[in-house]
Amino acid sequence: MSSLDNRAKQYWRENIKYVLILLAIWFLVSYGFGIFLAEPLNAIRFGGAKLGFWFAQQGSIYVFVVLIFVYVWLMNKLDKKYEFDEI
Amino acid sequence: MSVQTWTFIIVGLTFALYIGIAIWSRAGSTSEFYVAGGGVHPVANGMATAADWMSAASFISMAGLISFMGYDGAVFLMGWTGGYVLLALLLAPYLRKFGKFTVPDFIGDRYYSNVARTVAVVCALIVSFTYVAGQMRGVGVVFSRFLEVDINTGVYIGMAIVFFYAVLGGMKGITYTQVAQYCVLIFAYMVPAFFISIAMTGNVIPQLGLIGDVTDGSGMALLDKLDQLHTELGFAEYTSGTKTMTDVFAITFALMVGTAGLPHVIVRFFTVPKVKDARVSAGWALLFIAILYTTAPAIAAFARTNLINTVSNEQYASMPEWFSKWEETGLIKFEDKNSDGVIQYVADAGKNELTIDRDIMVLANPEIANLPNWVIALVAAGGLAAALSTAAGLLLVISTAISRDLIKMQIKPDITEKGELMWARIGAVFAVVVAGYFGINPPGFVAAVVALAFGLAAASFFPAIVLGVFDKRMNREGAIAGMVIGISLMLWYMLKFKFGTFDGGKEAVAGLKDGWWFGISPEGFGTVAMVVNLIIAFIVSRLTAAPPQEVQDIVEDIRVPRGAGSAHVH
Repeated sequence: MSSLDNRAKQYWRENIKYVLILLAIWFLVSYGFGIFLAEPLNAIRFGGAKLGFWFAQQGSIYVFVVLIFVYVWLMNKLDKKYEFDEI
Repeated sequence: MSVQTWTFIIVGLTFALYIGIAIWSRAGSTSEFYVAGGGVHPVANGMATAADWMSAASFISMAGLISFMGYDGAVFLMGWTGGYVLLALLLAPYLRKFGKFTVPDFIGDRYYSNVARTVAVVCALIVSFTYVAGQMRGVGVVFSRFLEVDINTGVYIGMAIVFFYAVLGGMKGITYTQVAQYCVLIFAYMVPAFFISIAMTGNVIPQLGLIGDVTDGSGMALLDKLDQLHTELGFAEYTSGTKTMTDVFAITFALMVGTAGLPHVIVRFFTVPKVKDARVSAGWALLFIAILYTTAPAIAAFARTNLINTVSNEQYASMPEWFSKWEETGLIKFEDKNSDGVIQYVADAGKNELTIDRDIMVLANPEIANLPNWVIALVAAGGLAAALSTAAGLLLVISTAISRDLIKMQIKPDITEKGELMWARIGAVFAVVVAGYFGINPPGFVAAVVALAFGLAAASFFPAIVLGVFDKRMNREGAIAGMVIGISLMLWYMLKFKFGTFDGGKEAVAGLKDGWWFGISPEGFGTVAMVVNLIIAFIVSRLTAAPPQEVQDIVEDIRVPRGAGSAHVH
């Protein structure tokens, strides 16, 4: 196996790892906190709002935005590390 | 100056701006027409994507919808934003690296099959047409309400404007116009929101006002106050909602995955220069969308509280001026059932005397909050910007599907670039005319189908694209079987449970609710259809031959960013 193939394989494996971790957070804040756990979380207050409600209508959206920019940052680093960044 | 004069001035100015941009940025090549030459800055593309994405429904109807749904409104808020995470992580960078012009391009090449390409074109046309019809209607409605012209006249004016910049400028003209339209619509949305937030909570930022206290001297949190009002009137608590958890999950998921599968959204990521631009562009797009989407629930709660406080148990005769004004339009209806002259607004349908159209929440907000006339005019311009930008993006997908996916790729492969560009323009003309026709003669099912378009996109495109990137072993047979079965299942469920087609029509729909699979509504069924698509595609692909080596090489190639180059004709 050539070294380029090897590099591409490792690059891809690390990418998949990032994607899975970030999607787990994506799922947790929206479906977890916003839907399945909304009721128990509603016992906790966030300012004047119940926490489950707040995640469903506000918090999850903020986290979504952050997740994308974190992914961009991670991938730009990864591209450089494996020399796949665009010239 | 009167509202009318202000509206003419502001709407006139914004239209002049859009047309000026269209002339400045007309397309000279197919690459410019399809993907703006692949040279759009990621931030500009993010803004254009946001304007493309947020339709008249987002701008006018969403806050009102949430206002009446309470917690359940979260399905739209999360569903129409979370899909961008999927886009950025699973689709956009790879499709950009692939470097063609359309979604059917990808499907057709990755699955080395013109059948797959045709299936994709049909899906793209179904999704885009249902969507665009609603937009043109929205243009007509905004015109008629604010400029007091006939709805049809409004549709004609809208057609003329879109015609001008979509046909002339293609993707390049549309993109730069959408940047301007985003600025107009977000400004128009935020100004009234700031004012109302101050009035209700004393906090200028609506997102903070939502978790703040009301300024009526009670010292209660706004949301607690609203829950209390709801309980007193017999409604479900605002922060609790009434849908089942399974259904909320299914609808949210279908909307997210559907967003990531919509051709007019995906195609936007072909317009940036590099793979890393495609990733970051999705981030900018979501940030720009999030500004409106986190403001909407705040407006919803403010407007709901304000409305109940203003009307509930008050004398009909003492209602403010906006009340009678909107009563004239039929969007507010009062029927004094017990003839006491007092408005009873309660959950019990037998006793309730007030019906309110949800669109009123955004449209009447400036008047309810006593804002100056120019703000009301601004809201009109914002609504038009939202409707026009979405319509233009959809028209481009339709015209591209005709000129490239059908004529160039299937009917006449030896067509010259000039000929193809001409066909693209003819396609755009055709699309504008059809959209206008639907705008003037709206089929009754449009409103219902727009929501279902997401289910259709989720059930067809999303699995085919994601598997195309992440599963190298996925082949033609698997993808086609998955798409055909996924979209057919979705269509069948929609016809059965939304239109009652197999049980005697619309009247039967309510009675069929018990038959819903897993208690999932037609709006949420895209989730199930998508899973079925994935499973079928996986099984069929493992039972048939692996894709040819050169296709596997393409997959290897799109997985790494280096060497993207500009979008080109292979």
